[in-house]
Amino acid sequence: MAASLRSATPTVLRLATAGSVDDGKSTLIGRLLFDSRQTFIDQMEAIERTSRSRGADYVDLALLTDGLRSEREQGITIDVAYRYFQTPQRKFILADTPGHVQYTRNMVTGASTADAALLLVDARNGVMEQTRRHAYLSALLGIRHFVLCVNKMDLVEWDRAAWDSITEELTRFAGRMGVEDVRSIPISALHGDNVVERSARSEWYHGPPLLELLEGIDVAEREVATGGRFPVQYVIRPQRSDFPDYRGYAGTVAAGALRVGDAVRVLPAGHETTITAIDTFDGPITEASPPMAVTLRLADDLDVARGSMICTLDRQPLAAQTIEAHTCWMSEAQPMREGSRLLIKHTTQTTRALVEDLTARLDVNTLDYDLTARQLSLNEIGRVRLRLMTPLCVDPYEQSRTTGAFILIDEATRATVGAGMVNGAE
Amino acid sequence: MASTPPAPPTLLGEPETRAESLAWLEAEGIHIIREVAAECERPVLLFSGGKDSIVMLRLAEKAFWPARIPFPVMHIDTGHNFPEALDFRDRRASELEVELIVASVQASIDAGRVVEETGPRASRNRLQTVTLLDAIAEHRFDALFGGARRDEEKARAKERIFSFRDAFGQWDPKSQRPELWNLYNGSLRPGEHIRAFPLSNWTELDVWQYIREEELEIPSIYFAHEREMFERDGMLFPVSAYIERLPQETPFRAAVRFRTVGDMTCTAGVRSTAGTIEAVVAEIAATRITERGETRADDRFSEAAMEDRKREGYF
Repeated sequence: MAASLRSATPTVLRLATAGSVDDGKSTLIGRLLFDSRQTFIDQMEAIERTSRSRGADYVDLALLTDGLRSEREQGITIDVAYRYFQTPQRKFILADTPGHVQYTRNMVTGASTADAALLLVDARNGVMEQTRRHAYLSALLGIRHFVLCVNKMDLVEWDRAAWDSITEELTRFAGRMGVEDVRSIPISALHGDNVVERSARSEWYHGPPLLELLEGIDVAEREVATGGRFPVQYVIRPQRSDFPDYRGYAGTVAAGALRVGDAVRVLPAGHETTITAIDTFDGPITEASPPMAVTLRLADDLDVARGSMICTLDRQPLAAQTIEAHTCWMSEAQPMREGSRLLIKHTTQTTRALVEDLTARLDVNTLDYDLTARQLSLNEIGRVRLRLMTPLCVDPYEQSRTTGAFILIDEATRATVGAGMVNGAE
Repeated sequence: MASTPPAPPTLLGEPETRAESLAWLEAEGIHIIREVAAECERPVLLFSGGKDSIVMLRLAEKAFWPARIPFPVMHIDTGHNFPEALDFRDRRASELEVELIVASVQASIDAGRVVEETGPRASRNRLQTVTLLDAIAEHRFDALFGGARRDEEKARAKERIFSFRDAFGQWDPKSQRPELWNLYNGSLRPGEHIRAFPLSNWTELDVWQYIREEELEIPSIYFAHEREMFERDGMLFPVSAYIERLPQETPFRAAVRFRTVGDMTCTAGVRSTAGTIEAVVAEIAATRITERGETRADDRFSEAAMEDRKREGYF
């Protein structure tokens, strides 16, 4: 099975969306699930019952995305929910997150694994603070494809000028953050216009409906920005008579590509050796790329353990003692301050970090940086400099979302309290 | 929306690009399993002989090959299981040369840890939680692999892949650890444990198609067979010594298969003639009713049945 993974990335598309109660996000997702035939009879019966019991005279598709009891009671989405739908072309995994500023950490979480962002704008209101915040965070988390759904077009009588102006404003905003692929669709989630089926009410719109557009997004990297990166997860020593001397390094290819015969360096120690085999349960292969999970064998018997990174000799990562990073703080218990001591997990390695400098804090509404800030509270994003107890092999996040990312863990509670993206290192 | 939407359209059919997205899901699952094995001291894989745990066990086999799976597997045996599933469980564990731990709900009842429900609707489903938490404490497990999928149920749609449990085994949906990229936080304080779900991003159809692609053996009850059944609440239940029938619940023979494998008291069968994996996949791809809605009486208690059980420490 592993061998067919090379072209796997395009067949799974991970999406992230964010929104608040009344912009129609839940209705849009419900509509996508319903019209792409992902809803089941018993689910439909359940939401029909609920709609009736709430006195509604129509079936509320938004109920398809209803979640936990506390959320139903408050009528809001608190957490990240994952939804699945598929078409003959693609499997979609959608991270559905709340859009309010107090849920920035959930938005950041949903965006961290997404290839494309689904941005929702109410045609009557235009681009709001919340839209800009979502777009900014999506770009910060490395999403390179924006799909803008201008919703509730029926309430502006399918006015093309409204759609044009919103599209233009958001495209300009995205361009400033380096996102070039912005596609905009006029829709009505409530009535299903341009969601799965093309609408007759928008003759002036010549693009595809949303689902078809999502099927066509090409997320393949135009160029690979780093050399091969293989963080060792687990050392495999079978200790069985049919594999007496086997020693393999299991892991998931993080970036670039690795081939049998490649000269590689094992970081941070720095020893050079050669890849002699790439093993999988289904047989050996000659080349591996992300996100394949494989086992490497090396020519020399070196000290390689979990946390080592096997890299090709070109464009190597930096074994950094100090990193500069964007950090999103996620702890309610206490803020992040200069002098905070934390655990940092990067790929398969965990070490200690000291917050040496908090250089700036982002105002997620104005998107300005405050250079006088002294701490980061829950949901705040800032630029920090971390000093590391042992070196980590990092790449800038814009070159690799895997080797450029880390999480911060509180040493006492063991909770995840922050997430970061590497800007630079030394 | 002024009108009721039409009935859901029929027949999605089977997508063509399955092999590639299955490979993607497989790689993700292997990554998760290796991460748990590396970060936790005493993991265990929950194996019931059901289809999801069969797939999960195959991922574990692949993750460490050519070494054997470096942790035991455990089954919480209610005493009301399908004998076909138990036979399969034992055979598979011995093929893989992996240690099988069986924690028994009957033993929990005998020890007075839980009290058996009585009557025609008695079920041991909820009692399992006590047996499970006792077994975790006895063996000092700090990580349990479960085969739960996020597409199964709405409480599960919001659960993390590494799902944290406090010293009482409880899940608090409001204080879950943020989970970003593929960086999982498996660090714990004494007494706490995590439930790890390598199949989180799989759908039911993905599981069946993977079974087909990998030619995995599954218990015979997943294929259509003739069986003594009776009808209750619009569902077909198997006649067994474990369930008391009401007077009007007359047994009859029917060709059925089971879509999930749980207790014989709360797992319903579906009428089917699908005798091969190909035929089963075709039926699943065409079905219009959810897996749990069609076959599991345990999820019909209330809208939040699963959420409540999960909070108590259920799978």
